[in-house]
Amino acid sequence: MTFFYLFAAVAVVASLLVIAQRNPIYSVLLLIASFGALSGLYVLLDAPFVAVTQIIVYAGAIMVLFLFVVMLLNAPHEETEHDEKVHLLRRPGPVWFGGVLAAALVVELLWALTRAGSDSGPFSVEAVSSVRTLGRVLFTEYAFPFEVTSVLILVAMVGAVVLAKRDSRSGGPSAPPV
Amino acid sequence: MPTLNDYLILSAILFAIGTAGVFVRRNLITILLSIEIMLNAVNLSFVAFGRSFGTADGQIIVFFVMTVAAAEAAVGLAIVIGLFRHRESLNPDTFTSLKW
Repeated sequence: MTFFYLFAAVAVVASLLVIAQRNPIYSVLLLIASFGALSGLYVLLDAPFVAVTQIIVYAGAIMVLFLFVVMLLNAPHEETEHDEKVHLLRRPGPVWFGGVLAAALVVELLWALTRAGSDSGPFSVEAVSSVRTLGRVLFTEYAFPFEVTSVLILVAMVGAVVLAKRDSRSGGPSAPPV
Repeated sequence: MPTLNDYLILSAILFAIGTAGVFVRRNLITILLSIEIMLNAVNLSFVAFGRSFGTADGQIIVFFVMTVAAAEAAVGLAIVIGLFRHRESLNPDTFTSLKW
């Protein structure tokens, strides 16, 4: 129980700091901390393979990609000078709307969850945590979605390369950046 | 021991933080990070439900969500790089060419 509160607190505080930071590099690093806490929660949920995948794929691959792009673009600071001077209650519409929407979402979900009432204590059924079982289910019951996923990865890879490539017709090596 | 409701409440809070980040921040990279927070909140509730029902389906779906998140991050960041080359800015308010 204490571990649950520890990991939950780390995850929530780190996520809040992610959206409170001005510098995207700090945001990315704090999000890695949040993912580490979530990985601890997966261990508490008897899902060790998901926890390891969370660390390797999310914190190791996706966040490194983000960090790479942040450093590549070299535009770390958000242009919010004029926003900073405006009082919090007189910010533009989307900011207001987003804050109200998030608060409404929390209230609504908490209300629904507390009204459900079927809180039957700790988990009663046996956990499925062995990688063997997961692999068997993944390659029998979910074989088709698994194959479709490979096509998705291929499309994403080709799309990313095409999007990030410089247009070779309009700009050679000597042409100025567009 | 924490119950299913505890995990779901934590997931709801994380999802709301992600939603707020998408609307409040004015930086494309931070917006993409907020989307990752939302995806992770959903992953947490999938695993918690899978643990509660005693099936492997929750964990399997988390792998698919991770794959989609990786694809989304790759394509999204490529688009961000392309936009930055055109406007030298990451503020979404500067990309208004399609605004009527």
